[in-house]
Amino acid sequence: MQTSLSILELLSPNPPGWGGVLLSGAVSTIMISLGAYLVGISIGLAAAAGKLKGSRAVATLLDLYTTAVRAIPELILIIGLYYAGTDGINRLLSALGFPPIEINGFLAAVLVLGVVQGAYMTEVLRGAILAIPVGQIEAASAFGMRPWLRFRRIVLPALIPNAIPGMANLWMSVTKDSALIAVVGYQELALATRLAAGNTKHYFLFFFAAAAIYLAITVASNVVFASLETHFRRGQPRAA
Amino acid sequence: MDFSWVFNYWPLIAAGALQTILLLFISVTLGFVLAIGLALAQVSGPHWLRWCAKAYCTCLRGTPLLIQLWLLYYGVGSLLPMIPGLRSSFLWPIVREGFFFAAVSFTLNYAAYEAEVLRGALLAVPKGELEAGRAFGMTRWTLLRRIWLPRAIRIALPTITGEVVLQLKATPLAFTVTVMDLYAVAYKIRQDTLLVYEPLAVVTVFYICLTLMITRAFRIVEMQVPIRR
Repeated sequence: MQTSLSILELLSPNPPGWGGVLLSGAVSTIMISLGAYLVGISIGLAAAAGKLKGSRAVATLLDLYTTAVRAIPELILIIGLYYAGTDGINRLLSALGFPPIEINGFLAAVLVLGVVQGAYMTEVLRGAILAIPVGQIEAASAFGMRPWLRFRRIVLPALIPNAIPGMANLWMSVTKDSALIAVVGYQELALATRLAAGNTKHYFLFFFAAAAIYLAITVASNVVFASLETHFRRGQPRAA
Repeated sequence: MDFSWVFNYWPLIAAGALQTILLLFISVTLGFVLAIGLALAQVSGPHWLRWCAKAYCTCLRGTPLLIQLWLLYYGVGSLLPMIPGLRSSFLWPIVREGFFFAAVSFTLNYAAYEAEVLRGALLAVPKGELEAGRAFGMTRWTLLRRIWLPRAIRIALPTITGEVVLQLKATPLAFTVTVMDLYAVAYKIRQDTLLVYEPLAVVTVFYICLTLMITRAFRIVEMQVPIRR
């Protein structure tokens, strides 16, 4: 029966075709990536601040976190964190006397990928902060700026242009790492594709289509990040 | 924590480690050779070749390795039996294994990333050294072999270390296409013994040890380069 469908019919968004499934998979891939990216940025900012300003114990602990996450394969981290995380929360709940809950797959995916992203983001942001001329921050302190104001007005605007290339790299890697979530069974683009391909036996067609979607996401993000960088680098002298 | 299963399973773990190392070795060595070609094509090739190499790198760097692997294993794998004569040829036992597809897709993927690194390094070789080589009457090939490539690889060495480690961390994906690598062994042990974390922990230690060995080995290679530091 499936062989009677043409390529266009197979990829059409309406039910006999699988285009809709693929597109909704693509949307959840983007949502997971966005969520994980934001979680990663928050963790990264906090951890970078901790590494630069924290006590020695805090810095050592954070060093352990970034080193471990960057040394262990993503697949193992994701699977380990996924099970350990959901299991840990349920144990905590039962210890507190609550019934166990079913953890939302989307939330788990976002948090797991976010923790992985956070480690890489920490290093990117730490490097970007270190690249700010110390005099600028000292000048801000000399003007009597409180730490928060100093961060908002001086450090952040100076940090963003330094950090954007690294952050762009991380965005690309999170969109691609989100495919690993397929292994723990949350339906995003990679798993949707596998489903479509398995059902229709048109493996080549569907994996090719998925690759095209991922490529489109990457190319579009490239454009966005390039324009972001020109925006944040406005007023800076051009590099030779 | 219960680690008594290690005694029963260590041959399996060792075999898995061997598969992981083999996959890494194949993809890094073959990928590196491919990357040199790709990088040279991008730096000094004719216009169409430059464009092709660029497109290759963009496509392979822009899509997840998992999708590339599945495209090869399920997609190309389902088309292969249609090639007449392949099924009965001596290649079939190799070509039907997941290992073959994993090795091919890891190699192609690694080549794309490595080519970008090498492209940058080739452009970073000081112009004067190349001009000096030309002034000595070196042909293009000699220049490439004696000066351009060795200098570029030297410049890229720290980045290459990072790329190799990243490649090591990509190898567990092979488990999704039935390769019994280190991670797949952990998965099997988890299913056999119903232990959730211990097999993962043991395998993680293996990966970290491999990472340390790789960085150590590359540091030794880097030390061979006589540079005033």
